[in-house]
Amino acid sequence: MQTSMKRVAHCTGALAIMASLGALSDPVHAATAYITNEKGNSISVIDLDKLEVTHTVKTGQRPRGISLSKDDALMFVALGDDDTIAVIDTKTLKEVGELPSGPDPEQLRVSRDGKYVFVANENDALLTAIDIATRKVVSEFPVGVEPEGVAVSPDDSIVVNTSETTSMAHLIDWRNKKIVANILVDPRPRYAEYNKDGSELWVTSEVGGTVSVIDPIGHVVKQKIAFEVPGLAKEQIQPVGIRFSADGKLAFVATGPANRVAVIDAATKQVLKYLLVGQRVWQLELTPDGKYLLSTNGVSNDVSVIDVPALKVIKSIPVGSFPWGVAISKQ
Amino acid sequence: MPLATPGLGHDAKAGLCKGLDEKGLPRGMSTFQPKLNRSFHVSPGCHSWQALCALFIAALALLAAVVQPADADPLAVKVGVIHLAHSRETISILDIPPADGFIAGARMAMDDNNTTGRFLDQSFSIVDAKLAPGEDPIAPLKEMLADGVRFFIVDLAPAEVLAVADAARPSGALVFNAGAPDDRLREEDCRANVIHVGPSRSMLADGLAEYLIWKQWRRWFLVVGSHPEDQLLAEAYRRSAKKFGAKIVEERVYQDTGGGRRSDSGSVQVQRQMPVFTQNAPNYDVLLAADENEVFAGYLPYRTWDPRPVVGSAGLRPVSWDPSHEFWGAVQLQSRFQRLFKRGMNARDNQAWVAMRLIGDAAAHTKSADPKAIHDDLLSPGFALGAFKGQGLTVRDWNQQLRQPILLTDGRGTVSVSPQEGFLHQTSTLDTLGFDRPETKCKLQ
Repeated sequence: MQTSMKRVAHCTGALAIMASLGALSDPVHAATAYITNEKGNSISVIDLDKLEVTHTVKTGQRPRGISLSKDDALMFVALGDDDTIAVIDTKTLKEVGELPSGPDPEQLRVSRDGKYVFVANENDALLTAIDIATRKVVSEFPVGVEPEGVAVSPDDSIVVNTSETTSMAHLIDWRNKKIVANILVDPRPRYAEYNKDGSELWVTSEVGGTVSVIDPIGHVVKQKIAFEVPGLAKEQIQPVGIRFSADGKLAFVATGPANRVAVIDAATKQVLKYLLVGQRVWQLELTPDGKYLLSTNGVSNDVSVIDVPALKVIKSIPVGSFPWGVAISKQ
Repeated sequence: MPLATPGLGHDAKAGLCKGLDEKGLPRGMSTFQPKLNRSFHVSPGCHSWQALCALFIAALALLAAVVQPADADPLAVKVGVIHLAHSRETISILDIPPADGFIAGARMAMDDNNTTGRFLDQSFSIVDAKLAPGEDPIAPLKEMLADGVRFFIVDLAPAEVLAVADAARPSGALVFNAGAPDDRLREEDCRANVIHVGPSRSMLADGLAEYLIWKQWRRWFLVVGSHPEDQLLAEAYRRSAKKFGAKIVEERVYQDTGGGRRSDSGSVQVQRQMPVFTQNAPNYDVLLAADENEVFAGYLPYRTWDPRPVVGSAGLRPVSWDPSHEFWGAVQLQSRFQRLFKRGMNARDNQAWVAMRLIGDAAAHTKSADPKAIHDDLLSPGFALGAFKGQGLTVRDWNQQLRQPILLTDGRGTVSVSPQEGFLHQTSTLDTLGFDRPETKCKLQ
């Protein structure tokens, strides 16, 4: 009798654990968004079927940049004031380790092959490559003052870093481990992103108020995209995060205190539309099916959900304090 | 002063054999050579390569010399920094000017410029002249001009700024006034070869005034020091009151009767003097202190007869910078400065930093060390300097004053930043601060 009672107790315990696990790693189709809250020292986990926050995970100090491992099993979170990158299991939402980022990490990217994390070290003017498997620094590249944005070409051949005070995009040949180009752009380049086929590299300049479209082979700025919003001073439009639509035809640019996401025809570079989102919009990410685009809005403490085919903002989701980064997993 | 070559440490650490990063940088041979040599010595794995590498480099150097003689020398930009030693008589010991005040900011910007310069084949150096009170700035200026210096960053009294500008003019040199806040230098006494980096008194006064209006603190009790600078500052506040619709309900002058600031006798006297001095004022919202010489303003907070906030030269102060400012990535700048100089960056340091960065950015854009090319670039519509104040800094073409937000600080953090919401302007809200184009008395020549 006693034994069977025990068994039942065990069984219920196990069930409870399974249930709670089930809640974390929900059914097949539900993609999940992870939002870093810069002042909240937390990550808001959003169920993208329900479009609501299901969990809030405590982190270290000042989480900003966030990237997922190739298999979505881990997230890498830059903790600026803890001088480290936290490695968090996306299933258990528990921290499972750290990566040696150096001081004040902000933005980071995972290589497309999933083996490396590239992170900018602002204090040392270095771009650092960390081997995820061994959790060790494998390469360092001296770049400009206050390195910030990090991008990787679709074939992993080039790693890009932007340096804010130097106002350059540094192109690093990742195979040969050397810098191949240093391209001047407008002041305070904050974010870099390759287009889908890798034929263009887009760099936003927060203070310059522009996007530089760079030919990554010829190493020249082909074109600059400027923004104009009626009723807004030019200085208020401060471009940061960039994403391309799944079909590559549209580009989305977060415009900071202009509180809008600019929609750009990727071919003609014409601004088609400005979507009003929350206040102080920082970063953007698409859902795996390309249907939704999420924006983190630093001042209004929410995430805006944009319906991409309709080009409409359909919802704002309250998250933690000062949301900054966003990553989305397939499950 | 040695030319800083930042990045040397990293290169040495990476080692030539391991990284070969340097080869990716479009840098002149002459500058890279010492780095390469250094790498040889620290990187043991290189020994077997040494002879071959040396040969290769020699061949390359030869090739470079033949094919691209222009690349052999980096573009060298020499900047003269001429600055006054400021008085150590401050009310708070926290405000005593550090020995490397001002020049430290220029040095850090030089490092920043040189980091960028590595990629552009440019190098920046500083010639430093720190003047004792009463020392003539023209002698070091002439020496530097003779030495080929064509950029000057100065922190001097207004008359000396003009003397330097006029003496530098025949050589085509460009002067950055990163100290004197005098409006007359930007208005009736403006000079075509002077860029004003720090805010003017009228910009500082307007920056504070906009916030006081936003707070609906419109009744000001103005207490003015007895020095000429205090009178100029008071005039700027009177102008701001008129401009934004505040009322100065009373003005009093606080006489500087001399004497030092330090005392072993404690706080008893000040605690009795300040309430009495501020007694019997008409009803007011804030006590506005105009005291540029550290005579009394610092004694006012918490000691006024009426329980009212103090603003201006103490309490809530309008400044170009404060060691506590941390918005918009400023914490990066602060921590770099802290690491280099083991102290916080003050407003004077910051203004010197901004001046040196203006030169660096314009040199990067123009690939030139010609003062005219730099000057034209600074005034061009595309120019904006990122300086951790929430928006790019640009130059007013009518009097060459740098447009900039004004920080309002209590010394513990940035309380607010002007221009304030709702103060509108047809071209730039930053032009709500100070004398605007239609009001200017400046005729640049």
